[in-house]
Amino acid sequence: MGAHHHGPAKGLSRWLFTTNHKDIGTMYLWFSFAMFILGGSFAMIIRAELFQPGMQLVDPAFFNQMTTLHGLVMVFGAIMPSFVGLANWMIPMMIGAPDMALPRMNNWSFWILPPAFLILASTLFMEGGAPAFGWTFYAPLSTTYAPPSVTYFIFSIHVLGLSSIMGSINIIATVMNMRAPGMTYMKMPLFVWTWLITAFLLVAVMPVLAGAVTMMLMDVHFGTSFFSAAGGGDPVLFQHIFWFFGHPEVYIIILPAFGVVSQIIPTFARKPLFGYDSMVYATASIAFLSFVVWAHHMYTVGMPVAGELFFMYATMLIAVPTGVKVFNWVTTMWRGAMTFETPMLFCMGFLVLFTIGGFTGLMLSIAPADFQYHDSYFVVAHFHYVMVAGAVFSMSAAIYYWLPKWCGRMYNEAMGKTHFWISFIGFNIAFFPQHFVGLAGMPRRIPDYALQFADFNMLSSIGAFIYGASQILFLYNVIATIVAGKPTSDEKTWDGAEGLEWTVATPAPYHTFETPPRVK
Amino acid sequence: MTTQSSTEYEKYYVPEKSKMAVCATIGLLLSTFGAASVMNDMTFGDGATTSSWSIFWFGLFFFSATLFAWFRTAIRENIAGLNSAQLKKSYVLGMFWFIFSEVMFFFAFFGALFYVRTLVGPWLAGEGEGGRMNHLLWEGFQYAWPMAQTPQEAVGGVASQPIANMGSFQSYEKSMAFADAAAWYLWLPMWNTIVLLSSSVTVHIAHMGILDGNKRKFNIWLGITVALGMLFVSLQILEYYEAYAHFGLTLNSGIYGSTFFMLTGFHGFHVIMGMTMLLIQWLRSVKGGHFTTDDHFGFEASSWYWHFVDVVWVFLFLFVYIL
Repeated sequence: MGAHHHGPAKGLSRWLFTTNHKDIGTMYLWFSFAMFILGGSFAMIIRAELFQPGMQLVDPAFFNQMTTLHGLVMVFGAIMPSFVGLANWMIPMMIGAPDMALPRMNNWSFWILPPAFLILASTLFMEGGAPAFGWTFYAPLSTTYAPPSVTYFIFSIHVLGLSSIMGSINIIATVMNMRAPGMTYMKMPLFVWTWLITAFLLVAVMPVLAGAVTMMLMDVHFGTSFFSAAGGGDPVLFQHIFWFFGHPEVYIIILPAFGVVSQIIPTFARKPLFGYDSMVYATASIAFLSFVVWAHHMYTVGMPVAGELFFMYATMLIAVPTGVKVFNWVTTMWRGAMTFETPMLFCMGFLVLFTIGGFTGLMLSIAPADFQYHDSYFVVAHFHYVMVAGAVFSMSAAIYYWLPKWCGRMYNEAMGKTHFWISFIGFNIAFFPQHFVGLAGMPRRIPDYALQFADFNMLSSIGAFIYGASQILFLYNVIATIVAGKPTSDEKTWDGAEGLEWTVATPAPYHTFETPPRVK
Repeated sequence: MTTQSSTEYEKYYVPEKSKMAVCATIGLLLSTFGAASVMNDMTFGDGATTSSWSIFWFGLFFFSATLFAWFRTAIRENIAGLNSAQLKKSYVLGMFWFIFSEVMFFFAFFGALFYVRTLVGPWLAGEGEGGRMNHLLWEGFQYAWPMAQTPQEAVGGVASQPIANMGSFQSYEKSMAFADAAAWYLWLPMWNTIVLLSSSVTVHIAHMGILDGNKRKFNIWLGITVALGMLFVSLQILEYYEAYAHFGLTLNSGIYGSTFFMLTGFHGFHVIMGMTMLLIQWLRSVKGGHFTTDDHFGFEASSWYWHFVDVVWVFLFLFVYIL
């Protein structure tokens, strides 16, 4: 096979049949944004209903379907694929590889996602309605009392899991096998490191989720009794299996975000990342600990005290490596020549808000205190601080940071900054009051609430609408950049940026590093 | 930081556009949608004729055909010499991590088994911190493993508790555990173990054959391995027949039946997959003349998979049948 320096094919077949990591990354990113809009519109329905006490817009069954699908779509459709898309685009360029290790499987990992979500979204129109048992689908709500659409939900989870496993195997093989000569493990950009560890987590826990939904399937259709005490099983067994997947899953979501932030902060502080080695070790420690803390989601379910204590201490331990990371980011900025372009603003927002989310997580980790916080809006506030202000903010930062490299056009900085500030303010108006209503006793996942929560809920809804609207500005800015942004051909978009991706032409050619660079 | 260098670099083969991913997606979509519809017809349906089975079979056929074409393409690329040593290592890594994900899948079911046996059972019988519910809900339930009587039967007798969507729990008359020391040679699981462990040895002998460049040895021992795999599956079918026909042990037999059939069933499914993989390698070798001393990854990957199902069986034998 000689030198076939071919560009992209024309038309739809380029996207359907592609094996190019950049094309596939782009598809992942657009798909995840579509899911972000879909999941976001479910959230808007939720907040509209909660705008005032009493039942206004939707009936409770539909409200439950909204909370369920909002969580599922955001976790599996928006956040996870967006980071996989980023991995596809950036990892080969960061390690000097010509493409992902297994390019055809890479395309397949992407293409099974849209059908899986088609099946999941179609449950909304099925008899009995969509799944309404929460994104955590606890048995027996998801078995004995589930709507018939649960079967389609189960199979769509299977397909999503398959996609994640194949995507992760590809990332692991790429990072382990495709690094350019001289790119030792400890020279890899941190984004590559965090994704390697994330991919390991995914390969380890997605099969466990597959096992959990398979047991549900058998309980629903074939008369087994995994989650039925009457037959000798236990509904709590479901929670153990689910959270054995679920807790590593939250690190699957946040570790790539850590990687993004670790790339961006040094660029705009114009200093190398402080404590690179400790960042790697901290990431690995977090991943390891994530396997032994799952039951902190279940303190109130009736575990033996020894279990409560073990999971409490193990959970608190996670604050140590996470703290190492936060201090390293702050120290990177110390005495740096800092500027605050949009990516940096989002990273600053990430740093402040993620740390708040981390601290509320520490509060929740305390078993005796958790009996008060459990299943309240405090929990909702906590995980939105880490999911939205953590993962989604860092994703926005990543888009602004690498978009000029991807399309050779500069985004509108003023609009980017406006997007940041509206997001930041809207987000905090939406979620900060939820700490208070949660501590005061408002439970999560209810369509109606007691009168004393009315003011904070109205504020929260207003904030959510502002945050939602700011994403339309984001979409507009991205499209305007791609279509008519100011052309740029600087190899380095940012003068402080380091790494192989900034050594290739701008916009990045269709094929990069067909011959590997030699890294010194 | 970097300099371009092309010295001693074997080009990494990046395939051009391929339709296979999209075809496999269509197959997967139709087969999963069809499977879900079949199950819903069964459990929630009104008995009316639907096209669910047709969708499922069509999807599965389409999917299998695509996978066949996909692997054929990969094999042809390798024969055409497109695969550099580096690309081959990617396949090795891919297979290794795929097997790791399979290990984790079984881990979920083994985890469920251990959790039920060490915690749930005693709690339901009133022991320990989880035992408070016993006198309210399951009074009279005695825990033993294999769990011959479900908690509901202990309280309300047979068929007192409808299962989620179909039928009732039924207790079994006889479990699969080792019971009769005098007639040990009639105990099927032991023969299954002997058959499967032997097949791991035979596949290793075949591997040594190919490493020696002895294709005849390779073909014979690989053929024996496939035959042993078939024997295992046949014995497993016989065991399931015995369970349903004579032991009264079914999927509805409470948690013992659930864990027994799901663990052995998924293992059996993986044996069938591994056997199919080995059979294809055998056909490739015998009919296609594939594989040389230093290039036989298709076989090697299949044999790893085969050793993996063997190891799973050892754990099954220990924790499902013996202990």
